[in-house]
Parts: sequence; C-alpha cells; structure tokens
Amino acid sequence: MPKIIIDGKEIEFQHGQTIIQAAKDNGIDIPHFCWHPSLSVSGNCRVCLVEVEKMPKLVIACATIAADGMVVHTQSEKTLSARNAVMEFILINHPLDCPICDEAGECKLQDYTYQHSVGESRFTETKQQKDKRVELGPHVMFDGDRCISCSRCIRFCDEIAGENQLTFIKRGDRVTIVTFPGKQLDNPYSLNVTDICPVGALTNRDFRFKSRVWEMSSTKTICPGCARGCNIEMWVRSNEILRLTPRQNDNVNSYWMCDTGRLETFKFVNDESRVNGSHIRREGKLTKVGWDEVFAASVSELKSFNKDEVAFIGSAYSTVEDNFLLTKFAKSVFGSKHLDFPRQIISGSGDDILIREDKRPNSLGSELVGVKPSSNGLDFDQIMEAIDEGKIKALYVVEEDLIKLNPELENIIAKLDLLIVHASNFNNMTKFANIVFPASTYAEKNGTWVNFEGRVQRIRPAVSTFDIDRSLDGMSMSRLDKFGTEYDRWGKVKKTEARSTWRILSGLANAFGTKYKYSMAEDVFTDLAKSIDSFKDLDYDVIGELGAQLKIKTHTAKV
Amino acid sequence: MIQKKRLKDLTLLEKLYIPEIVKGMSLTFQNMFRPAFTMEYPEVKFVPPASYRGRPVLALEENGEERCVACGLCARICPALAIEVQAAETDREKERYPEKFEINMLRCIFCGFCEDVCPEEAILMSKDYELAFSNREDAIFGKDKLLTPVSKLKDRIEFLRLYK
Repeated sequence: MPKIIIDGKEIEFQHGQTIIQAAKDNGIDIPHFCWHPSLSVSGNCRVCLVEVEKMPKLVIACATIAADGMVVHTQSEKTLSARNAVMEFILINHPLDCPICDEAGECKLQDYTYQHSVGESRFTETKQQKDKRVELGPHVMFDGDRCISCSRCIRFCDEIAGENQLTFIKRGDRVTIVTFPGKQLDNPYSLNVTDICPVGALTNRDFRFKSRVWEMSSTKTICPGCARGCNIEMWVRSNEILRLTPRQNDNVNSYWMCDTGRLETFKFVNDESRVNGSHIRREGKLTKVGWDEVFAASVSELKSFNKDEVAFIGSAYSTVEDNFLLTKFAKSVFGSKHLDFPRQIISGSGDDILIREDKRPNSLGSELVGVKPSSNGLDFDQIMEAIDEGKIKALYVVEEDLIKLNPELENIIAKLDLLIVHASNFNNMTKFANIVFPASTYAEKNGTWVNFEGRVQRIRPAVSTFDIDRSLDGMSMSRLDKFGTEYDRWGKVKKTEARSTWRILSGLANAFGTKYKYSMAEDVFTDLAKSIDSFKDLDYDVIGELGAQLKIKTHTAKV
Repeated sequence: MIQKKRLKDLTLLEKLYIPEIVKGMSLTFQNMFRPAFTMEYPEVKFVPPASYRGRPVLALEENGEERCVACGLCARICPALAIEVQAAETDREKERYPEKFEINMLRCIFCGFCEDVCPEEAILMSKDYELAFSNREDAIFGKDKLLTPVSKLKDRIEFLRLYK
C-alpha cells in the first residue's frame, strides 16, 4: 500500500484517492465546502488548500491525487493564512443574517468561520445583492445572497438524481443559481440539496422557520416510505416531529432519501385524528374505555366465534416483533389458520436510485416471521372472498387501512360481524370497527424492520406516549425536554395513549390465559431470534445503528 | 469561665453615658431636617436609573413593526428557560418574525443575558419592577404585554450603546 504523510502522521491510502479522501479515511479533517464524498470533484471553493512539500504552490486537497511519499501539511503557517484568506473572500458577499437564517446552528460556513477565520474583513464596499426567496421547485426555496457557489446542488441533480435542472448563470461575484428555462427543481430527490447545501441558501419549504436546530432532539431511525428502509434522523421538539433528514448508511441509502419519504411519512403522527385510548363501539358510537375492559371485551367477542370463522391480518408497517407476536397469537393462542398481510406494490413507481415499488418497509420481515396462512388456511384475497361469502365472520386487522388500499373492500368489510383493529389514526377501518386498539406509530416504538435486501434495521422511539417515557426509556432529549415542567407551556406536551402492537397482543394473550412475559420489544426479538433461523445470533446490539444483513436469499426482482 | 480582659477600660466620661446620649441625639436631630431618602411607596413611585434591569420587554418601532426577528438566541441563552419563541415568515425585508413570544416571569431571573445576546437590540430590560400575579398563567407574558414603543426605552438603549 502506498503511504502519505499528513501533518507528520504516516497513513496508507488506496491508489487513486485524493488527499482529502485519504485524510478523511484516517480521521484527519480538511475543511471543505464544495467537495462531497459521493459527488464529483469541482474544486471551486478553495478552502481545502494544503501545503505539499516540493510543490511550488498550495494545492487543493480535493483534486490532488495522493502519491506515494507525499508530505502534506494541513496546519502549517502558509496553509492557515491561505485558508483565512479564502474564508475572508467567501464572506465578502455573504450576508450577516444568521439570526434570520434557518441554517444557523448547522451551517458549515458558520463553523468554519469560527474555526478557520481570524474574524476580520477588509471589505468596506457594498455587498452584491441577488434574488431572495426564489421558489426553485415545489419543496425548495433559494436565497441568492447566501449562496457561496459551491455547486454541490447542481452536481447532485446531475449525478445522483439524474436530472439536469440547476445551473449557474453570470460570472464573477454576480454568479447565481437558477433552474434551466422551463424547468423546476422537482425531481423526486430535490430536498437532498437542502442537506448538502453548506449554507442556508437552499431551504426546505416545509420546515422553514419552524424551529431552530438546537431546540430539537434527533433520533436515529428508519423511513417507513418503502421497502428500501432509508436511514433517517427524526427531529422532534415538544414531542412533535418537525422534520426528517437522511442519515448516512452506505449499504442502504448512502447520504440520501426521497422527498416523499421526507415529507409524507411523519405528519400523521402529529395529526388530530390520532386514536387516543382504546375504543369499543356502543350503540353505534366508539366509546373510550380502559385497557382491562377492552381486553375482556375482545376475548369474549372473539370466543363467540368458531376458530375457522376468524381471520387475522398483519401489516408490513408493523415491526418484526409485532408480526411475530401476531403470528404466535393467531396460530397458537387463538388457533386460526387464516393469517396474511396485504401488499402494496405500485408498479412503475420505483426507480434505480432509492424508491422501491413495494410501499411497505417490512414486507420481507413479515414474511420471515411467518405472517402467512397455515397449510389449508386462507391468504389475503381468499380471506376477503370468504368474508364476502359469509364463511369468515370476524376479522382482526393490525395497523392497516384495507379500504384505503382498495376502496372496493368497503362492501366486504361492512359484512363482518366483528372487526377488531389496531389503528394509529381514525380511518376508514375504524368506521366499521367494533373494537379499536390505539396503536403506536413507527415514531413511538422500538423494533426492527427488514428491508427488501434482507437488512434488519432498528427503529427507535422519538415521540413519547403514555406507554413510553422520554427520560425513563432512554429516548433522545433536547434541553427543553430535560428541564421542562408541567407548568411550562412548552413542557405540556401532547401525548397519545397508545401502545405498540406487540404489547397490545401480549395483553390480549394474557387475557386469553396464555402468559407472555415480554416487558420490552427487545425481549420479543430475543425470543424470535431463538426460534427463527434467519434471525439467528442477532440482537439489538449486533443490529446497532446501521443494521445487520440477514443470511437469506432475497428476491432479485425489482419490487 | 475565664473572664476576657477588655482592651481598654471605659473612661469616667464614657461611664456617665450622658455625653454619648447627647452626641447620638444631635445626629438624629441633624437628620430630621435633611431631605429624606425614603419614599412613600406606592403613592410615590421609584424611577430607576437606565442601568436598572427590570422586566424584559420587546422594542416596537414607531412604524408599528417589532424589531425582533425571532432568532431564538435569547431563548437559548436564558439560564432559566423563561423565554419561548416561535418564528414564522413575513413579507418584510427581514423575513422572520416572532409569531409567538412568551416570557414566563416566574422563571425570569432578570440577569439580562437576553438583552446582551440580542443581535437586533430588540429585547431590552425595562424599568418595570412591579410584578405580582395571582396564578401561574398570568405570569406568562405574551407579545401583548411585551411590546413597548421604542420612545419609552430610549435611555436604556443609550446606556447599552455606551456600556455594553
């Protein structure tokens, strides 16, 4: 392996790597604005200038290929003064509007100014003024003044999203970014430019002005939008989800996520339509009742049917743990053969980047833990047919809105004698339900999902409910969470009385007389890792933050 | 118990007390005819100097616009977490304004950090020291109570420009 010496430290690098990559792989941070590990090199910000011995001038670390025996100085006097000069140059036209800029707090320019600049400017002339509040597309807002022309967004659109939508116009200090004539920044990945923008020039129109970044807590979890299972961070303030951002995982989503996943997968958690507490239908109306009452009622209702008259529907939105317990409950405790989960595969909706046609985050996981009919049991379509024919009279549905998936099922669902649902929000199913269990959403529980490639990944609670406590259950906390009291208006957070599906099912099993001794999701996972071969030797620690690959054959077809 | 020896025994004159009483009374009578330091509060109100840190208020420009841009620095610096700011967008040149600005006067410790950190000279310590509430809700001051015309805050602003 060739070697390079950076700041007196000898490091090995791979042939063809640039100085900045070699340094990054060995934990040496060379400041950079325009360079991004998964974009092409443009070399226009000049802040990564370093001194290389025997070279006449300073070179940019992002575009200089490392060579064997090269001696690089990133902290020499020459480098530091050049870096300061570059910072002063970049700041010439950058407005001092940090107080009104949403990027403040997570701004690369702010950080580098603090770290690498002496904090003095010799520029006394008037700053260039450019267009502000330009709607580049449906989701992204552009502020020309703040832009430092690093071209990351342009390269992202060209190279990752595969659509040429952005470009520079004009020259010198008048350079600015526009969309091509007749085009918009409307590719399905457009919001990633707001993450890679090192300043506040590109902002998320959905999140603008909602919160300062330091007021929120962030939780490492997974996007439920499709079978890809992009790693994300969930940002929460006062128990309300405000935004989602992608989290780097080279095995799954690199640095990116799609706009649909980012914008449309969390609003239902904050919504007014959440089911708060268990409900039983009395005289045509859903009435709120306590947990003991709802378990007792469910048991007596379910027992009034033959085992063959009851079918169970799992969900690929629920976790592996939830589905494992559903299988156990349906097959061993209740003894029904009819168990399946609905698929939502929208053909033509996928692409070669991230988005999958399978719109459920855990289809593979649900299959693996056995959410399928026993021999001579009925599958999903057959169950619906059997309800239509009157053979199945009671249905137990976990976290799925079947009518939303297929509006034609409304007439069939209406024929049921008994419908028990786990629902996070009041929906089409709760209109017909006799018993509604309040289900925690993916943002309120621990668990795992298996993506289409067979990668097990952890979801973590970011929003607290009556079932899960922010400090006692080790959830991420912001300063406001730590020190708030019930007397502060911001401390009085909205909490839903909801439980994870596995907890509801173990409560129900207990009411049936089968004692389940699970006190947390991890217990369920430990149990299933023992009984299901694909999950052998796995636990929450092994899965960790980036997930673990199951040793199974996965469908190679694009689903 | 061991009797401690005095440093100095009293002289005869001191032992008599009368000269001392006369001395004391003369001081008393002198002060009776000097101008009084005390005030008949609440009939007479104390007007503090510009350096006084009373309850924090928000400056309202003469054209009716608030100065605050809802940057949230005051809320961040506040050691007692008294301040809550919710920003929103406006059409004005400074595109951010506080949709909600609340100071919990039960939490406020009048340290003046918020005023110190404010980049817009928008939050200022006023001369208002009369704060009494009968319940917790009344102690949370919203924008209606906080916004104060700049004309009433002039001497504080001058003071800050001189000494901050």
